[in-house]
Amino acid sequence: MSGTDLDLTSLITETPVSVPYWAALRAGRLDFQRCRACGNAWLPPREECPRCLEADWAWETASGHGRVISWVVYHVAPNQMFASRVPYNVAIVELDEGPRLITNLLGDDGRSPRIEAPVQLEIQEEGGLAMARFRLV
Amino acid sequence: MSHPLRGKYVIAGIGKTRFGRLPDRSTISMNVEACREALADAGVEKEAVDALFVKYPTSRFESMYGQKLAEAMGIQPRVGGVWDQAGASNISQIAFACMSIEAGLCEVALVTFADNPKSGTREAYSRPRGDDAPYGWFGVPATYAMIARRHMEEFGTTSRQLGEIAVVCRANGARNPDAQLRKAITLDDHQASPWIVEPLHRDDCCLVSDGGAAVVVMSAERARQLGVRAPVPILGFGQGQTSWEVAQRPTLTETCARESAAVAFRMAGIQPGDVDVCELYDCFTIVVLMTLEDYGFCKKGEGGHFVEGGRIALDGSLPINTSGGLLSETGMPGMQHVLEGVRQVRGTSVNQVKNAGVVVVSNQGGTMHTHSTLVLGG
Repeated sequence: MSGTDLDLTSLITETPVSVPYWAALRAGRLDFQRCRACGNAWLPPREECPRCLEADWAWETASGHGRVISWVVYHVAPNQMFASRVPYNVAIVELDEGPRLITNLLGDDGRSPRIEAPVQLEIQEEGGLAMARFRLV
Repeated sequence: MSHPLRGKYVIAGIGKTRFGRLPDRSTISMNVEACREALADAGVEKEAVDALFVKYPTSRFESMYGQKLAEAMGIQPRVGGVWDQAGASNISQIAFACMSIEAGLCEVALVTFADNPKSGTREAYSRPRGDDAPYGWFGVPATYAMIARRHMEEFGTTSRQLGEIAVVCRANGARNPDAQLRKAITLDDHQASPWIVEPLHRDDCCLVSDGGAAVVVMSAERARQLGVRAPVPILGFGQGQTSWEVAQRPTLTETCARESAAVAFRMAGIQPGDVDVCELYDCFTIVVLMTLEDYGFCKKGEGGHFVEGGRIALDGSLPINTSGGLLSETGMPGMQHVLEGVRQVRGTSVNQVKNAGVVVVSNQGGTMHTHSTLVLGG
């Protein structure tokens, strides 16, 4: 998953609300938002709590523990940038704190991942980004 | 007591272009052709049309597309415009046409769709998915694959069971002279087709197609006044929406198809056991399987077993996608299923099911984000 010369930064659009998210990853943390009004926790970054609609929230750092919700394997590169990466997996992981995110699973030791399998955060630098990936534990 | 709208409105005419690769045709041109054919099928003059509903072409958003189409058709609709629920739009617009007529806003509506992703751009189907793109999260097939994987793991659904759906759609399409892909396949062919995004094989994925299709909607009473030859009553309609992206959706294996069908079936006064034919949106095979579950034809998790053993084949107890659907007739998002539903009720399908008295049609869009249901019947 690493060692590519790709510039992945062109694929994201940092907005005022997402700048702290990417900055936290560069600093070695996976942060999510938690609503001070209702306690809801979420990703990806957004301005209002999607449960109570209040804009009163704070960043919180994830423990890094989560579980696999589902995963897929791309066999056809959807974009030239990923031609050398196929086949590669993309997964949905749910953090113990609740938020879900799109990620890649690490741990290529021949084991096929399973839904609900426990995973551990592993932040990797690639293409100019710090990326929140997860290793099967 | 029956619902007051049950059978009050009809699809008075259907029309379409050729399906496949249609280079040098604009989407406006294809919409005009489909509408012209639909009006001719209804036997209605253009001057009678006072509403025009269209979904903008998926491959290219255009502001004010509805007005551009109205101009090309030389009509000034009292009600009209673009409705975007992605693939659920066509049935939802048919329902909106009925409600607009019911409210006295208009009397005769055209509902139409055309696109040309085959000869034009397919970027809409392989686009980066927001800030998750650096993880390789691109395109539409992977989002359905994510749902398919969860369904397989939760319920033991197999790729071969998904293949049963592809085999049926391809067999029906092979017998349809208007279908883009007329090549029947076996289960082994399905299994041998390459992975696109695992667990979806190529033969789990719909076609990419140019083409257009349209319907004329009016009240049953108006159809009698105008002498419409073969009006097909609309018995019920419904819709539902899951707003969450796949990654955020609390449950991947249930969809708003359930609510959509519940409303439509209630309006129509039917149960799943009353349905003779289903025309189910099949952009990917997993959608058909989950729609069968969510519509109540079988329990959640039993869709894989349900589609085995020929049940959904043309001579089975619940034939589906009798013209080939998105997997074989045309990849167009949804209107072809409405047209085939109309043909089944009229008794004019090339794959006619005997006594097709109640036909259920489903549309859905995004990644099962939006859903709409139409019940047609004689």
